[in-house]
Amino acid sequence: MRTYPDNPQKAYYFGTCLVDMFYPGAGMAGIKLLQQNGVKVIFPSQQTCCGQPAYNSGFPDEARTVARKQMELFYKDYPIVVPSGSCAGMMRHHYPKLLANDPRIDQVIHFSERIFELSEFLVHALNIRLEDQGLPIKVAWHSSCHALREMGVTEDSKSLIRQLKNVELVELQRESDCCGFGGTFAVKQPAISAAMVKDKADDIGQTGAERLITGDCGCLMNISGAMQYANSSIKGQHLAEFIWERVNGQS
Amino acid sequence: MANHKPLDFENNVSRALKDTQLIKNIQSAMDTLVLKRKNIFADPAETEQLRALGNATKSQALGKLPALLERLEKKCTDNGIQVHWAETIPEANQLVLDIMKSHGATRLVKGKSMVSEEMELNAYLQKHGIEALETDLGEFIIQLNHETPAHIIVPAIHKNRDQISKIFHDNIPDAPYTENVDELNAIARKTLRQKFQKADVGLSGVNFAVAETGTLCLVENEGNGRMCTTVPGVHIALMGLEKVVEKLEDLPPMLRLLIGSATGQLITTYVNMITSPRKPGEKDGPREVHLIILDNGRSKIYADAQRRQTLYCIRCGTCLSHCPVYNRIGGHAYGYIYPGPIGKILNPQVEGLEAAGVLATASSLCNACEAVCPVKIPIPDLIRRIRNESYSKDPTSTVEGHGYKSNWIESLAWKIWAFVNTHPLVNAAGIKVLSALGQKLPEVGPLKHWTRYRKAPEFAPRSLHELVKQNGVDHE
Amino acid sequence: MNLSNRMESTMSEQSRERIFARLAAGSRQPSAPIPQPGPMPVKTYSRAEKIAKLKTLMEAMRTEVHITDAQNWIHKLEEILKQRELKSLVYPPQTALGDTLESHWENDGNGLPQLIPYEKKIEDFKDRLFTIDAGITSAAGAIADPGALILWPSEKEPRLMSLVPSIHIAILEADKIFSSFLEAMQKEQWSTKMPTNVVLISGPSKTADIEMTLAFGVHGPKELIVLILEK
Repeated sequence: MRTYPDNPQKAYYFGTCLVDMFYPGAGMAGIKLLQQNGVKVIFPSQQTCCGQPAYNSGFPDEARTVARKQMELFYKDYPIVVPSGSCAGMMRHHYPKLLANDPRIDQVIHFSERIFELSEFLVHALNIRLEDQGLPIKVAWHSSCHALREMGVTEDSKSLIRQLKNVELVELQRESDCCGFGGTFAVKQPAISAAMVKDKADDIGQTGAERLITGDCGCLMNISGAMQYANSSIKGQHLAEFIWERVNGQS
Repeated sequence: MANHKPLDFENNVSRALKDTQLIKNIQSAMDTLVLKRKNIFADPAETEQLRALGNATKSQALGKLPALLERLEKKCTDNGIQVHWAETIPEANQLVLDIMKSHGATRLVKGKSMVSEEMELNAYLQKHGIEALETDLGEFIIQLNHETPAHIIVPAIHKNRDQISKIFHDNIPDAPYTENVDELNAIARKTLRQKFQKADVGLSGVNFAVAETGTLCLVENEGNGRMCTTVPGVHIALMGLEKVVEKLEDLPPMLRLLIGSATGQLITTYVNMITSPRKPGEKDGPREVHLIILDNGRSKIYADAQRRQTLYCIRCGTCLSHCPVYNRIGGHAYGYIYPGPIGKILNPQVEGLEAAGVLATASSLCNACEAVCPVKIPIPDLIRRIRNESYSKDPTSTVEGHGYKSNWIESLAWKIWAFVNTHPLVNAAGIKVLSALGQKLPEVGPLKHWTRYRKAPEFAPRSLHELVKQNGVDHE
Repeated sequence: MNLSNRMESTMSEQSRERIFARLAAGSRQPSAPIPQPGPMPVKTYSRAEKIAKLKTLMEAMRTEVHITDAQNWIHKLEEILKQRELKSLVYPPQTALGDTLESHWENDGNGLPQLIPYEKKIEDFKDRLFTIDAGITSAAGAIADPGALILWPSEKEPRLMSLVPSIHIAILEADKIFSSFLEAMQKEQWSTKMPTNVVLISGPSKTADIEMTLAFGVHGPKELIVLILEK
C-alpha cells in the first residue's frame, strides 16, 4: 500500500511531452484541479520528456541523458504529479533501473518516490470531491497498461468518474487489453498495432458511449486516431480535461 | 541452430493477421486459459506469495547451477539412471539415435517434450529410419498434419474440431469421420494403445529434476507420459540444463505454479516421479533410463546476471495466453519453437540477434506477461535489454549479433532527440515549427505507418509550456 | 559396452566439460541479489475435513469415491464390479489386499471378474495385461489438497496395474490422508527413501487439447474408483 502526502501545500507538475505538444488543455486542466484544491502548483519551465521513448526503443544512453536533466529540475522535496500513468510509471519504477549505476542513485530513488499519477494524487492526497454540473452523458474508460499494471491507479481514475453524478460509466468487454500504442511499437509493428487498436475501437463502439475517457495521451492519440479514421462519432478525451469541464458545466 | 529457414517475420505476421479462422481459434482458447488461470489463483495475496516463492526457488537454484547439476548427475547415476551431456542439438540427436541403435530399436513413442521440438528430433530420427510417434493428443494431431506446435501447452489449439476431424479421417486408417470430441479421443486412444504396447523405447521431457534425490518429475493429464516412461524397456528423458531444482520440497510450490498457470488446474491427473530404472525383484518399468541434459545456448545466457532470469522459465505457456500480440498472430508466426513473450527473449539469445532479434520488436510492453509469470521473469525489461543489445556496439557485450541493427539514421535521430529534450529552448522552438507545419508534415517513415490506420494527431496551437506561462503558474 | 557407447560417452564427457566450464565462468559474474524464499502457503485440515476435501476434489475430476467400512469394503467392491460386468481384474498377490481378494473370491466368486495375479515380469505378461478390464491397487496415502492419491509401486504392486487397464480401483485407508503434498513429503520423509516410482493420481485420464473441450478416458484409465476405508 502506497503512502500519500497528507494535505500537501505544494506540488510539482510534470506535464509530459505528448501533453505539451498535443493535449495542453488536458495538462492545464490537471493543474487547475490541483490549484482548486489548495495546492500551489510549480511547473519547472525547462522540463521536456521523461525519456521513455528512447528507453523502450533500445537507446538507454540517450534516455539517461534526458532523465538526468529532468530530475535536476525537481530537486525540492515536493510531490511530483504527472497526468499520465505511462510517464509516471517510467519515472517511478524505471528510473531506478535505468540509472542503477548512477553515483547519485540516492537522489534518483528520492525523485522516484515522489512521483504520483494525477488520479491517485487527487483521490488519496487531496481527497477530492467533485460536483457534476454537466448534462447526462455516457462514457467508456480506457486504462493505459502502465496505469493499470505499473501504477495500479485504474480504480482511482474510475472512482473519479463515478463521483460525477450525471455521467454513466459503461464498462468495456475487454478493458485490460492493450490498445496497441506501445510507443514505437505502433510504427515498428504497424499491422499488429492496427489490429489491436481496431479491436479496442470496436469494443468502445459496442458500449454505446459518446466519449472515450483515458488518463494517457499515448493511448488517447492512438485510439482517437483510429476512431476518427473509421469515421466514428465517439470523441476521445483526457480524464483531467473531462473532469474540469464537468465540474465547470462546460461539457 | 534448430531453425533453418530465415525468419520472415513481417510476412508471417501479415499472413496470420489475415487468417481469421486461425485467430478465432486461438483467441477463444486463450480466453479460456486466461479465465481458468484467474479462477485457480483467486486469492491475490496467496498468489503473490507463491509467485515470490517460485522466483526465489529458481533464483537460488540457478545461483548454484553447477553444483546442483553435479549433485543431480551423481544421485541419478547412483540410482542407475545414465546421464548424458549434449552441448548442441546435433549432439543431443546423436545421443538419442545411439541409444536407439544400441537396442536395435526402430520405434519410439514420445511424451510431450518441448526440448525434443527444439531439437527437431522427429525429423532427425526419420532420416535414420526410426519412427518417432507423438502420443500427447495435441502433438499427435499436429504430427499427422506435419506441423509444429502452435502453443507450449496446447500444441493443436490453432485447429478447430472440423479441421481435426479431417486430419484424423485423412490420416488414420479406418477412422470414421466424426466431429464429436469424445469420439475423436476414442480414435486416438485406440490407435496409440497399440503403439504403447509394441514400442521399444519411450521418450519424455522433464518438468523438474530434483538434485537432492535424483528424481525426474513429470506432470500430465492424459496418461501417455506414464505409458511412454513405463511400458517400453528403455526410457529416454530430455531436459534443458536449467530445469534442475535443489530439493524434493521445492516440488509442491513449483508444481502448483506450473499446473495452475499452464492449465488452470490445482493438479494434473498424474504427477509422475521417477528415481531409477527397474530394480531387482520389480516386475515392470524400463530396465534402462537415460537422462540427456541439453545446453543449446543456455550456459551462455547463464553468464549474464540480468539475462539469466530467462532461464527461470518453467514452460507454463501462460505468458503466451495473456499476450495481445500472440493472440493476434498465433504461435507459428514467431518462426521458432518457443513463441510469445518467452520466445521474444529466449530465441534471440539462443539463435543470435540477426536471426531472431526482430521478435523483440513485436511487443507493446503492455506488461500482461510479467503480471502473471509464475516465476516473475521481468519479461518487458528483458525485451528492452534485447532491443538495447540490437543497437549496441559495446565490444564487451556477450550477446551474439549485438549491434546488428545499428545504423546512422536511428543513432542520429535519437541523439537529436536527446539534444532537443535537454535544451528546452530548442525543444520549444521545434514544437512551434511543427505546430505551424501542422498537417502538412510529409507522410514518410514512422508517420506513414501511423496514418495508414489512424488520423494523425494535431499539434496544439499553443503548447502546455506556453499555457502555463500565460496562466501565471509558478516555475521556481 | 559396445564401441558406439564408448565413443558416445567420450562425446558426452567432452560436452560436459565445456558446459561446466561455461557455467563456472558464469558463476563468477556478479549476480543479481537472490531473494530468500518465504514458506509455501499451506493449510492443515482436521481428519474429517481431509476426507471431505479429498472426496470433493477428486469427484470434481470425475473420480468415483466411496467411503466405506474398513471391515466390509470387499462387499462394496463386489457391488461396483458386478455393476460393470467385467471379465477380468488384475491384482497384487502376496499382499494384504491380494489375500483379502483371494479368500473372498474363493468363498463367493459368482458373477465376479476373474482374478488375475500380476506375478510375472511384464515381458511375459504384457499382451495379457493389455486385455484386462480393471486393475486394483492399494494407495500408500492421499493428499486432501489438491485432491490426489499417492501410489507407491513396489515389487509386489507393479506400476502398470494402475495405468494399463481401463478401470483403476484404489483402496485407501482414511488415516493415511495428508493435508497437503508438502506435509506428505515431510511427515513421511520422502527425500530419504524415494522408490523407483511414485505417482500422484487425481482422477481418470483426460485432455482438453481439442478446442479446450474436456474429454475423459484418453491413454490412462477411463475410470478411477476409490474406496476410502473408515474404521
